[in-house]
Amino acid sequence: MPIIRYVQANGQIVEADVPLGSSVMQGAVDHMVEGIVAECGGACSCATCEVLVDESWMSLVGEACDIERDMLEGAGTPRANSRLSCQIEVTPELDGLVVAVPA
Amino acid sequence: MGETCIIVGASHAAAQLAPSLRQEGWDGRIVVIGDEPHLPYHRPPLSKAYLLGEKRREELLIRTSDAYARLGIEFRLGERVTSIDRASRSLALASGASLAWDKLALCTGTRVRTVDLPGVDLSGVYYLRSIADIDRIREDVRPGMRAVIVGGGYIGLETAAVLNQIGMQVSVLEMAPRVLARVTAPAVSAFFERVHREAGVDVCTGVSVAGFEGGARVERVIARDGRRWAADLVVIGVGVLPNVEIAARANLAVDDGIVVDACARTSDPDIVAVGDCTRHPSPWYGPVRLESVPNATEQAKSAAAALCGKDKPYAALPWFWSDQYDIKLQIAGLNQGYDSVVVRGERETGRSFAAFYLKAGRLVAADCVNRPQDFMASKRLIADGGSVQASQLVDEGIALKTLVAGADA
Repeated sequence: MPIIRYVQANGQIVEADVPLGSSVMQGAVDHMVEGIVAECGGACSCATCEVLVDESWMSLVGEACDIERDMLEGAGTPRANSRLSCQIEVTPELDGLVVAVPA
Repeated sequence: MGETCIIVGASHAAAQLAPSLRQEGWDGRIVVIGDEPHLPYHRPPLSKAYLLGEKRREELLIRTSDAYARLGIEFRLGERVTSIDRASRSLALASGASLAWDKLALCTGTRVRTVDLPGVDLSGVYYLRSIADIDRIREDVRPGMRAVIVGGGYIGLETAAVLNQIGMQVSVLEMAPRVLARVTAPAVSAFFERVHREAGVDVCTGVSVAGFEGGARVERVIARDGRRWAADLVVIGVGVLPNVEIAARANLAVDDGIVVDACARTSDPDIVAVGDCTRHPSPWYGPVRLESVPNATEQAKSAAAALCGKDKPYAALPWFWSDQYDIKLQIAGLNQGYDSVVVRGERETGRSFAAFYLKAGRLVAADCVNRPQDFMASKRLIADGGSVQASQLVDEGIALKTLVAGADA
């Protein structure tokens, strides 16, 4: 199982084995990562699972699609590496992915 | 020796409450009792991705079994609680067992409202609430065959959209003069009727269903005015009722929902209640009972704190969503008591607009169709509770978020 590293706003890192095909959001929910509320359960409807993808991983993860970008913009002022973690599917290439939870 | 907290109902509420209890410092046993054989799962995808076959059953789980195991959360699934004894701090299961508790959480949710009509027990007539319901419905889903949906609410319309996408000939029969009559303004109802008709769904309003006919299986739906619709499959979606009976029998305060305070406490301070089965005081709308996942999740956090002796009042603005075809509807707030509605965007021909509900010059709710930014801004505008100008709301030249007090962007 790929390992995802979640850097919480308090600086603590949660390291989680997340099953292939699952989402970065689901891994956070299963490991009680602080700040990932995931109210809508992955329907790209609530913008409560925002993460900042480590820059070195951005080319593999890719940027947000239009609806996702709209959600992020409505929620605040997103950066180029802002993503909703429910929209990032866990693939073998993402083993070791680092994401930060915004404060 | 640790105390025991029992959570009744393996629901969205339970999936948040149990882990939150650990986070709040509860070190005793946590036992979740559920009458379905499944760990808590996401219900909203049932009438969407699960019915469509895009999601598998395991993908519906809110958290994996490992996640609960790590937190020492126990489950007793396939068991139903029949009564609560507050004096002896125990509860009885349908299987005959009795369990002792020190703290109790009622997350009993809702059940479908059933109809008492001739033929409702025919094979091929279904309600829609659980994984088991969808699994049965899916066995009767055949492209080209005819499906009749009774009830033009969100569940009915989502189901109609999915069955239409699968290739069934779908009719929606709604008793009121318009679909979504109880929950949206006429303008929004008209939009959804148009979207469904454009997709090929036969939307019939003002239809009062008298019964169902057939032989071995359902073959047609009969209306009171004599009209009839051929049907190979019928799905009834006419609302839900809160499961309050065990609370009422235990003499907890009940009023269309188990009455709780802002911290999710019932009239017994050792018993909390969370989610669709509760009536709670909303800072914006007064006492309300919500049928909503975000409500269950957020209220569960307050309940967990309350069970650990802390006050963390629940104060989150209600919101809802519905996905139909390429339409993402996001609803902020509750439109109860609105005195006017204004629309931003092109409702009559397009697929992107927002309907704003105003009450005495303040925004109380917004239905946002394919407008995530307007939805997010509406949540803030409603929560702030300040005056808004209808002329500004409808002006596409003004970004909504610039209207939010203290807007930073």
